[in-house]
Amino acid sequence: MSKKGIVLYLHVHQPWRVRDYSIFDTANRHDYFSDASETDRNNGKVFNKVADKSYRPMNKLLKHLLNENSDFKLSLSITGTFVEQARQYAPDVLDDFKDLVRTGKVEIVAETYHHSLAFFYSRDEFERQVAMHREMVEHEFGVTPTAFRNTELSYYDELGKWADQAGYDAVLTEGWDPVLGWRSPNHVYRPPETKHVKLLTKNYRLSDDVAFRFGNKAWEQWPLSADSYEQWLDAAHQDGPLVNLFMDYETFGEHQWEDTGIFEFFNRLVNQWSDRDDVTFYTVTDAARSFDAVDNLSMPHTVTWADTERDLSAWLGNSMQQEAMRYIYNLEHDIIRSGDMALIDDWRRLQTSDHPYYMCTKWFRDGDVHAYFSPYKSPYDAFLYYMNAVRDLRYRLMAYHSSSHGSF
Amino acid sequence: MKILMLGWELPPHNSGGLGVACYHMSKALALAGSSIDFVVPYSADHPNSSFMRIHAATGLKPLERYGLGAYDSSRFAKDASEKAPQSLNGIRDVQARYVEFVDELVRDVKPDAIHAHDWLTIEAGIRAKQRTNVPLIVHVHATEFDRAGSNYGNPLVHEIEEQGLLMADRIIAVSAITKSLIVHRYGIPADKIEVIHNAFDIASLGDHSYDNRTYRYLEYLKQEGYTVAATITRFTIQKGLIHFLKAAARACERYDKLVFLLAGDGEQRDELLQLAADLGIADKVFFTGFVRGQQWRDAYSVADIFIMSSVSEPFGLTALEAAHHDNALIISNQSGVGEVLSNVFKYDFWDTDRLADQMIAIAISGSLRHELKNNVKYEYTRISWNAVAERCMSLYRSVSVKVAT
Repeated sequence: MSKKGIVLYLHVHQPWRVRDYSIFDTANRHDYFSDASETDRNNGKVFNKVADKSYRPMNKLLKHLLNENSDFKLSLSITGTFVEQARQYAPDVLDDFKDLVRTGKVEIVAETYHHSLAFFYSRDEFERQVAMHREMVEHEFGVTPTAFRNTELSYYDELGKWADQAGYDAVLTEGWDPVLGWRSPNHVYRPPETKHVKLLTKNYRLSDDVAFRFGNKAWEQWPLSADSYEQWLDAAHQDGPLVNLFMDYETFGEHQWEDTGIFEFFNRLVNQWSDRDDVTFYTVTDAARSFDAVDNLSMPHTVTWADTERDLSAWLGNSMQQEAMRYIYNLEHDIIRSGDMALIDDWRRLQTSDHPYYMCTKWFRDGDVHAYFSPYKSPYDAFLYYMNAVRDLRYRLMAYHSSSHGSF
Repeated sequence: MKILMLGWELPPHNSGGLGVACYHMSKALALAGSSIDFVVPYSADHPNSSFMRIHAATGLKPLERYGLGAYDSSRFAKDASEKAPQSLNGIRDVQARYVEFVDELVRDVKPDAIHAHDWLTIEAGIRAKQRTNVPLIVHVHATEFDRAGSNYGNPLVHEIEEQGLLMADRIIAVSAITKSLIVHRYGIPADKIEVIHNAFDIASLGDHSYDNRTYRYLEYLKQEGYTVAATITRFTIQKGLIHFLKAAARACERYDKLVFLLAGDGEQRDELLQLAADLGIADKVFFTGFVRGQQWRDAYSVADIFIMSSVSEPFGLTALEAAHHDNALIISNQSGVGEVLSNVFKYDFWDTDRLADQMIAIAISGSLRHELKNNVKYEYTRISWNAVAERCMSLYRSVSVKVAT
């Protein structure tokens, strides 16, 4: 009988944000992602800010904890767009991540290279992006992923079947009550019509206590101590052997600033948990291999880890988002056929799910503008600049196919 | 003939068409032998204006004259009342200073007629008339009903307009539409109002050479056989752009090689962006933001069809500018400029099917487009400020005789 344990999984991602790209730039210049202003559309500026607040201090802490505690393990998913930006803006951050993986106790989880919604639009493109990500991980980190997460933990039965056929040991998704029903998120499950792959579901209550509520002074549990949290983890273990703590890496230092005490909390928690003999840590693949599935779990409708709706409405909820995605994926055949790598690369960068997310109006409608987490002034601005970039792709495509190398 | 001209702006310190119209009208009047004293509410240099005497009513900078903006009259009353009465911050305070200045001025300058432009200067016109017993002509470029779109507008502005229209010896309306509005909404007898349409000074546009790189993507679409239907305007309810977009979507159902250029900005922009996506034509609608200079001129040049979709437009100079830049025109029946142009398509602003039809007709028929573009040019070149000045002169003469007798 395996020990009960924590499955800590952190997601590392940065999108290529589109600058204020106007109709006057369209067909004249193709530098959608090169904002040099003081705004948060400046990718280099944002990357360095987050590196200072989160990546550098958290990697240092993780490295220390991995060296000091033989039990401690965790899983990371690192997007291709993040790695590109790390290479360009802060190579030391990428080196730190490589050091972590070199300990042998950090698993890298597979996903789409571009953090896209391709699974919902084009299975071919989805598979190409997963393959790109695998190659990148093998090249940068020297490991081959054995577990899969789709963008925003979006999942439905089809993805489970796909992951099974692709040979993964595990798929990650949200442990949302209406889907789990009476089941606990603290067990391993099997998607319908699969032979091998297992499903790990996020314990959103305990994950969100850290990711969203930790620094909230209005929360009745504030300030949260490592001791209290450890008790909650033990209580959760009454239901099942695993507590799946899935969250953004940037929780540490960026979403929860250093002055909330998030780093000390994490340090203490990992040390205390490691000191105990009755519990341990698992990576996501370890967890899937160590435990049998207790039940089949079917999710016919798409579930994500976002908002109270836990669906794709933050990305595809309004007509602007749907139009934008329709236009970008309609270009697939012609773009791929061009073989023009710069063009294909820009097209893929525009597939990153953050772009439609910035066009989300549901918070504007609710009057909860503060929930609008975006580098743009409004979802309309985000849409405007994105559409101009899409048009420029079309222009480049036309220029390519009407010139000599494209004429067939 | 000595004219006291009461205006709110002159180029280059104008924010809209009012200043342009006042400038060209005064210039043509001076050419016709008038002596003009023109009062503005601010202090600044006015180059190329030596044909008249310009008086600064205050020491304010040109941009300070609105207090909070003349084009947004719904806001000023509340805000102005919050300021100390002596302050010059609110537009009402600027107007009060303007009235005092004119009151002083007419002690020395004795005009034959007082010519006041829009509600901004109406109170000063009334005061000058009371002091001098000289006839007052109120020139209506736009009423509060026009500015407010389908809303009622600011009651205080309505009251000032009504007072001025009652006190005026004669009223000039820039179109029959405006005249009709003055008759029906303000209860003024029709025979007190003369329609004198604005004109268009081609020379004042200056030289322009089209740069086909400005809207390079649209140029590419045109090479691919697309037709560009454009409008250059403020994105406010008065301009009828919601109907325009609905018509655009209707047109695209039947003819897909149409794209739409919306040049300008305004409080409706987000609504229009959203609507374009709702209608499924977001990739066919282009938003430029506010344009000036080369981008502004090139917007006219890149267009094939110019649409004036206004719900209420006293005149609409942009239609003439578009004609000058080789556009076929489609103008709502609710726009005054349509009264002086025959070689254009017209439609009621709400009739989206008709507008869609007209756009498609122009897009698919080269000969129709050619005829419309060329014929409208003969029309707009015949409309001159000299003719406007002549009409004004005879109007001045008729009122001064009336008062004298």
